[in-house]
Amino acid sequence: MQSKYFECKDLIGGYGGADILHGCSVAIDKNEIVVIVGPNGAGKSTAMKAMLGMLKIKSGSVSFMGNDITKLSTQLRINQGLSFVPQTNNVFTELTVRENLEIGAYIRKDDFEETIDQIYDLFPVLKDKQSQLAGELSGGQRQQVAVGRALMTKPSVLMLDEPTAGVSPIVMDELFERIIEIKKTGMAILIVEQNAKQALNIADYGYVLVNGQNKHFGTGKELLDSKEVRQSFLGG
Amino acid sequence: MEYIDIINALVLLSNFVLLPAITYGSQLALAALGVTLIYAVLRFSNFAHGDLMSFGTMVTILITWWLQSIGITGGIMPTALIALPFGILITALLCLLIDQSVYKFYRKQKSVPVVFMIVSVGVMFTLNALVRFIIGPDDRRFFDGEKFIIKAVEFKNLTGLDEGLAIKSTQVITIIVAIITMIILFWFLQKSKTGKSMRAFSNNEDLALLSGINPDRVVMYTWIIVGALATIAGVLYGLDKSFKPYTYFSLVLPMFAAAIIGGVGNPLGAIVGGYIIGFSEVMLTYAYKKFLIYILPTSIEPSGLMQFLSTDYKFAISFIILVIVLIVRPTGIFKGKTL
Repeated sequence: MQSKYFECKDLIGGYGGADILHGCSVAIDKNEIVVIVGPNGAGKSTAMKAMLGMLKIKSGSVSFMGNDITKLSTQLRINQGLSFVPQTNNVFTELTVRENLEIGAYIRKDDFEETIDQIYDLFPVLKDKQSQLAGELSGGQRQQVAVGRALMTKPSVLMLDEPTAGVSPIVMDELFERIIEIKKTGMAILIVEQNAKQALNIADYGYVLVNGQNKHFGTGKELLDSKEVRQSFLGG
Repeated sequence: MEYIDIINALVLLSNFVLLPAITYGSQLALAALGVTLIYAVLRFSNFAHGDLMSFGTMVTILITWWLQSIGITGGIMPTALIALPFGILITALLCLLIDQSVYKFYRKQKSVPVVFMIVSVGVMFTLNALVRFIIGPDDRRFFDGEKFIIKAVEFKNLTGLDEGLAIKSTQVITIIVAIITMIILFWFLQKSKTGKSMRAFSNNEDLALLSGINPDRVVMYTWIIVGALATIAGVLYGLDKSFKPYTYFSLVLPMFAAAIIGGVGNPLGAIVGGYIIGFSEVMLTYAYKKFLIYILPTSIEPSGLMQFLSTDYKFAISFIILVIVLIVRPTGIFKGKTL
């Protein structure tokens, strides 16, 4: 079987205590939005952190563009083209919006003005607030700064950990729309979400994670239509 | 009461309070900036900072003596200013050496800040001993060049006032060098890529790592800057007063008070805090008798010295201000913690 653009297989591990992941596998292709949903404590965020090398896994593998990156540090994975938006503390509150974006481009040696302009096109509100401290922005705007910062490296794989946590439904819809736009640039996008219904709506492929294992998977539509998934996770 | 008395009183205050306080405040501000940078980036209270200043000053003095011995002097300017860049270089190297050999070990262990603080006390004693071993514990003056820009007598002759305003060249040098240093530091932190990465690291370490910022580089730059700030502050203080290892060791209290009052971790706060402590110490230990004689009618002239506190108690002032700030506004005037 040909390996996907980015994938992890049979991840087992946790933060040092009891294992949280018990053999979870996720695969993403270019131009694809993949969503991981599941109940609280299912290990969704943990799985994402494991893919980024932020925690030690006992077994399993992570590969990117056909190369095994299981042993690489987070820093090296980011240099290779992964980018991550954490769920909390995902902006530099004491830095201006523009400085947040500039720090996002820290590893780039070339001129990144164009990328900043692209991000301002994507999130126009950020252009108006570019000299404001990110800590002074509303929750939704902060989330835009966070995504913008992660996009500054022009990543190949963008990982978002619950990007809509704590933002209003309107802002959430807008954010998802922007994420679809980002996908069209050829990026592979992996999202961990609590708002399962809305997230699966925009997903090309989805995984339902329970107890650190893949319980269901399929296209977004398949999962939304599946009676079992609806009853157990989407509230009927 | 005549206007001339008021002018005399103001000149008196400028001479004995305003100028010395601005000078001392500038020196403290530079010292507090070093403390605050370490706190913001490495997240511990560096008690060795006073002795780092002492080390930097010692190196600068040794180079000054060497320069003088081969016939190089600064002319009307102190020779120490020529030696200063070399002093900065060697002190910055020492900082890196200490970091690599001592602090790095505890960073790898992910030790808690209090461990770092205790370690810094160890570094403090080591540096203290090193300095006394090399240059000795004595009081040393290393100022040369023109001592006054305006002497009190010249000022009196020039203005015809009874009170003289003496402007020492070390005071002007301190103020100018401090302002230049602060401008460069703020430009660096606000505008340069490395400065921004330091602020980002200080603000949100995890996200900085996720953005590809190399923590070792941030730490390295921090120590270089701290070494430079400590040397500049120490040399300016030594030029203005004198160099004595014990005095530098005891400067730790006012400089921490300055950093904490401003909001530890906040560079602007460190500067403001430095001047607050500088002015408080000078104003509260100055004897106002002569000043009051000028501005009060003869009938209620004071007979005592009109001094709030003896200069022996000047460290108590830092302590009292520190305690008040910690009770009333524990985060400092500006909110601390990030660059």
